[in-house]
Amino acid sequence: MRISVDQNKCCGSGMCVLTDPDLFDQNDEDGTVVLLVEEPDAAHEATAKEAAGLCPAGAITVS
Amino acid sequence: MTELISDELPITRQNPFDPPAEVTRIRETARVSRLKFSDGHLGWLVTGHHQVREVLGSPKFTNNPNRHHLLDIRFQGEPPKERRQPQPGMFLSQDPPDHTRLRRMLQGQFTVRRMNQLSEWIGTIVDDQIEHLRSLGGKADLVTEFALPVPSLVICALLGVDYSERDRFQEDTAKLLSLDSTFEEAMDAMARIQVFMRELIARKKENPGDDMISDLVATGEPTDEEASNMAMLLLLAGHETTANMLGLGTFTLLEHPDQLKILKDEPEVIDNAVEELMRYLSIIHFGPVRTAAEDVEIDGHLIKAGDTVLLHVPAANRDPEKFTGNPEELDLRRPASGHVAFGHGIHQCLGQQLARIEMRIAFARLFAAFPDLRLDIDPGEVPLRTDMGIYGVHSLPVAWSA
Repeated sequence: MRISVDQNKCCGSGMCVLTDPDLFDQNDEDGTVVLLVEEPDAAHEATAKEAAGLCPAGAITVS
Repeated sequence: MTELISDELPITRQNPFDPPAEVTRIRETARVSRLKFSDGHLGWLVTGHHQVREVLGSPKFTNNPNRHHLLDIRFQGEPPKERRQPQPGMFLSQDPPDHTRLRRMLQGQFTVRRMNQLSEWIGTIVDDQIEHLRSLGGKADLVTEFALPVPSLVICALLGVDYSERDRFQEDTAKLLSLDSTFEEAMDAMARIQVFMRELIARKKENPGDDMISDLVATGEPTDEEASNMAMLLLLAGHETTANMLGLGTFTLLEHPDQLKILKDEPEVIDNAVEELMRYLSIIHFGPVRTAAEDVEIDGHLIKAGDTVLLHVPAANRDPEKFTGNPEELDLRRPASGHVAFGHGIHQCLGQQLARIEMRIAFARLFAAFPDLRLDIDPGEVPLRTDMGIYGVHSLPVAWSA
């Protein structure tokens, strides 16, 4: 699985960090998403998908 | 396709915790249906969870208030003759790119990390307020003594507003958000809040403090007018919403003793309990509203450019297509994430991570401190905020063993 994020779409809701802080962080300046892990291991695949589904701005995609 | 048409939005609740039964029936018939607005416009009512998310997440809808058709539920049935122009800085009612520019000035202040760092401080505020309750003996109005002060103290300190000045804006806030105010009354109240905010911005420029408004002003990015409207938005959003979740949430838990027992026996359930209370209560009566900026198809329905769409968050949060088990029941162990009580799309609540932490700490510590907290009024007599844009309880008389 591969995660990609779009900082331009991101509205800094923090839903991804709330869902899995191992995969996502937020920039202190403008709160936009920082991707910590591009290729999550099996243990994080479910939360990666959940974070993509919860993102209000559609800024996270998993493939 | 034959479409379900409602001549007006059902707003009468049959009990304190559920959306109007008529709205639930509409969702069961059609998750996207037609709704007549008070100017005669035939718009749309969206009650399904998936469909609400789709509209709120779509860039084809605008949130510019001068594009929205109006309902006559506010302003004593007399909607304003002229539509309101969006105010500079009120990013909630702006579209990109203005919305993006303004919201990004604040987003860094509300990250999950920053809000987690506030936990201990928020805990102190909650504990102080619990001690205050204890000092009152064995009974109190939970709204005035706990549910309202906790978020008010938090947002005032974060913004750098002197808590002793809250009387200057709380009364006007209530007038602005009351469904019973006339349009003039609401606008007069807003004008007074704006004066308060402009004074605040001037003070922060002169004497910066360690607070969000000072930080915002110091960036030099927003104009004074933008900064004062941004500050107003944060102040309104920061105390009305969380306060009502704490008041109505406590009422809800007291009326669901089996669920309250779970919260007491399994303290680790609190994070999910807050999500479930948000899902179950939604805290707004209906809304928000969007207007199609271009033709867009939602769930097989062609929504034409200029059509106004009312998204019904409370109905969406009870949609059995999304929530497992019986979504009409409060179940603190239910997977409740994905609820739309904080909205969806680019306008999703900026302060949601703050609200979560406030609610987790406040509910957990309130019931730990007063294990036999109980209503001190007949549940049918609890005054409900059916007259306010943000739902909740006007007061909640409670008692405990002192």
